[in-house]
Amino acid sequence: MSHTFTLDGKTIPFVDGQTIIQAASAAGVFIPHLCYHPEFKAHGSCKLCTVKVNGRHTASCTMRAAAGMVVESETEEINDERRALTQMLFVEGNHFCPSCEKSGNCQLQATAYHLGMMSPHYDHFFPNRAVDASHPEVLLDFNRCILCSLCVRASRDVDGKNVFGLSGRGIKTHLIVNAKSGQLADTDFSLADKAAQVCPVGVILQKRQGFAVPIGARKFDKAPISETTEER
Amino acid sequence: MGLNELHAEVVAGVVDRVVNRYRRDPSCMLQILREVQEACDWIPPAAIDRMQELLGVPRTKIEGVAGFYSFIYTEPRGQYRVLFSDNITDRMQGNRAMMERLCNNLWVERGKVSEDGLVSVGKTACTGMSDQGPGMLVNNYAIAGLSEARIDEIAELIRNKVPLAEWPPAYFRIEDNIRRADILLNADFKPGAALLAARARTPSDGLNASNTRSWREGLPSGIGGPAATLDEIKRANLRGRGGAGFTTGLKWEACRNAPLKAGHQRIIVCNADEGEPGTFKDRVLLAKCPDLVFEGMTVAAYAVGATRGFVYLRGEYRYLLDHLNAVLAHRRRENLLGKDICGLPGADFDIEIHVGAGAYVCGEESALIESLEGKRGTPRNRPPFPVTNGYLDQPTVVNNVETFAAAALIALNGGEWYAAIGTKHSAGTKLLSVSGDCARPGIYEYPFGVSIRQVLADCGASDTQAVQVSGPSGICVAEAEFDRIIGFEDIPTAGAFTIFDQSRDMFEVARNYVHFFQHESCGFCTPCRVGTSLLKNLMDKLHYGSGSPYDFAEIEKLNQLLQSMSHCGLGHTACNPVLDTIAKFRPAYEKRMMQQDFTPAFDLDRALSSARQMTGRDDAAAHLTTEHGSKP
Repeated sequence: MSHTFTLDGKTIPFVDGQTIIQAASAAGVFIPHLCYHPEFKAHGSCKLCTVKVNGRHTASCTMRAAAGMVVESETEEINDERRALTQMLFVEGNHFCPSCEKSGNCQLQATAYHLGMMSPHYDHFFPNRAVDASHPEVLLDFNRCILCSLCVRASRDVDGKNVFGLSGRGIKTHLIVNAKSGQLADTDFSLADKAAQVCPVGVILQKRQGFAVPIGARKFDKAPISETTEER
Repeated sequence: MGLNELHAEVVAGVVDRVVNRYRRDPSCMLQILREVQEACDWIPPAAIDRMQELLGVPRTKIEGVAGFYSFIYTEPRGQYRVLFSDNITDRMQGNRAMMERLCNNLWVERGKVSEDGLVSVGKTACTGMSDQGPGMLVNNYAIAGLSEARIDEIAELIRNKVPLAEWPPAYFRIEDNIRRADILLNADFKPGAALLAARARTPSDGLNASNTRSWREGLPSGIGGPAATLDEIKRANLRGRGGAGFTTGLKWEACRNAPLKAGHQRIIVCNADEGEPGTFKDRVLLAKCPDLVFEGMTVAAYAVGATRGFVYLRGEYRYLLDHLNAVLAHRRRENLLGKDICGLPGADFDIEIHVGAGAYVCGEESALIESLEGKRGTPRNRPPFPVTNGYLDQPTVVNNVETFAAAALIALNGGEWYAAIGTKHSAGTKLLSVSGDCARPGIYEYPFGVSIRQVLADCGASDTQAVQVSGPSGICVAEAEFDRIIGFEDIPTAGAFTIFDQSRDMFEVARNYVHFFQHESCGFCTPCRVGTSLLKNLMDKLHYGSGSPYDFAEIEKLNQLLQSMSHCGLGHTACNPVLDTIAKFRPAYEKRMMQQDFTPAFDLDRALSSARQMTGRDDAAAHLTTEHGSKP
């Protein structure tokens, strides 16, 4: 039995050092997630990928797989909790899918569909967040930020630039850029950066490309997120 | 000159001095920010420019750290920054009226900076003065026992721009209020005695600390003292005093056994980030018996083979810093710290003090370590645990102030002596921080096993409705449970013991605690970041009289979500005060209930309040009446 664990009854092989979500993906099993990305060090903050390991809740992106683990993921209880977290992310920011140019390519939206989220349930916070359109090629719409920190990690760990960071605390946590002016145009950010490509939602947007691919013909229009392989 | 408009060169000079004193070490970022602010009153952009240059770190990193801590300001907050402690006990002692009084005196709006940029007045979480409240911080220096007269005097001093250093020293006097002393507070302790006892110890039969790896790294071979000392700690059944109650001996042993990478050393950290509202016993221990605490840390260092130590002192206790540094300097002179401690070759250990800056979550040990490393105080993903991968990835023991004090006495008197005190499952004594409705608030040290009823009798509490044990993240005990005891087998506690008599509204107690958690959530994980805000909104909805049974169900659901999905203990316990009070003081909630299945949170009349404020109107015609009837 060494080097396998069970996930919802299915036997999943793993190699030493793999996390549960890595082993599950390799075996073709989808676990919902937002802040996890296979190319980056796990962050463990969105908690969407939470599973039960031997009866205890834990984030599957940070928990190493171990032989004989009994992991539950697709249960009614856990999916209810994941749906509630998704609803929290929707009410925390300003997410208006019909007018968002990321619609159809948005991982938050696709996850909400996957989890059968029919309403935001909670009262909206309607935070007041500015848009940064200073950069010639890229627009930053902080209204949609879910604080996954993928852009932070990509810029720091791949681009070697530290263009993005998180500041503030608690509900006031927010994304900042590396410039005294606070404006993206005053950083060394470039469209070629990895950080330009990792936003799972509609914060980092290439200008003048919004509807190059029409709504209806986009990534998650073609297949649900659970059947879409990881490359964004 | 207005200090807020310091010239860039002056600011750069300040930054140079501070950064160089911290060896240009980015892991001292929080200490650097704190000291720059002490000189400049805030962190001006020019200071960040200079730090960026000297420390070689990106601006995002500096701004990210500065933005995390409540007491670090990246916008001017005045030359005098007044923060009123806003624990429930401060409320009961009338802090709100005093804050209004000060605001009126100074012509400043709460939460804002005065128009001349001189002063700001705001509120902060419990400053650890619940036994002598209401309390406040002025430029992070604690003032307790506020009265209306004192408020007026303070307003006068601020208006006259009298430097804080010239304010009457009596304002800053903090009482120990020790009401009941036992082994810790009564200890007639001679500095060095525990270390000499530890050194003299030889391994005995019985337990035997697992291996001999760590102490052979520095100490001469053949010394049995460290292993024997660890055995005594195990024999004492000492458990952590910070609330979680982890077995101290196991923690030390795990650190001692952790493999050491090249260039690494073992670290001892004293958690003095006493942030749980209503707790103040660590403040008293540090003020009254700092040698006992430092010696306990040194005993730990000896037992696990650590060579570097930190005290993480909460920002609210800034006033203790100079005194504690003086005690450390004295210990160095006495060869109780430094090289070859007590003349033992290779026994090297020293302690430095880091001061926090207003972030309760840094009391969580992995967040504390992040903060010590000069980062945002976000709890880490675990495993790995600090005992193997702690401060700068080195094996680290983090213990509470009281745990170290107890460890010093165990090293001196032996584990069996200690284990005989208290109960079978909870050895030793516990310091309780008693506050709220009683005649004699202060510090009470009891052997474990004391009943709630006994404590209430000793502190002169009458007509008691409830006791919040261990603060908001602990439990609320009602009268029917007053025979329960303090101990790991029944009610574990980090030490807060807040008393509410029959006149108190337990709903407002819970609401105060919920606001606290919302303010202190670090924001890292979704459930706690958003969930604590949702919970706060629900409690406010009830407060405004728009509650319905539906909201109870929502609170229950949020609780389950926070329990199962949160990243750390803050989120896990954030709903406790609400659930406890709903279960035990239901009438306090029911009187706020509209007797309907559902009442919307939105209240048109309340939504107009900002319009009324802007137009300066509050007459009847500026109000709407709703079908729900009059508002409270």
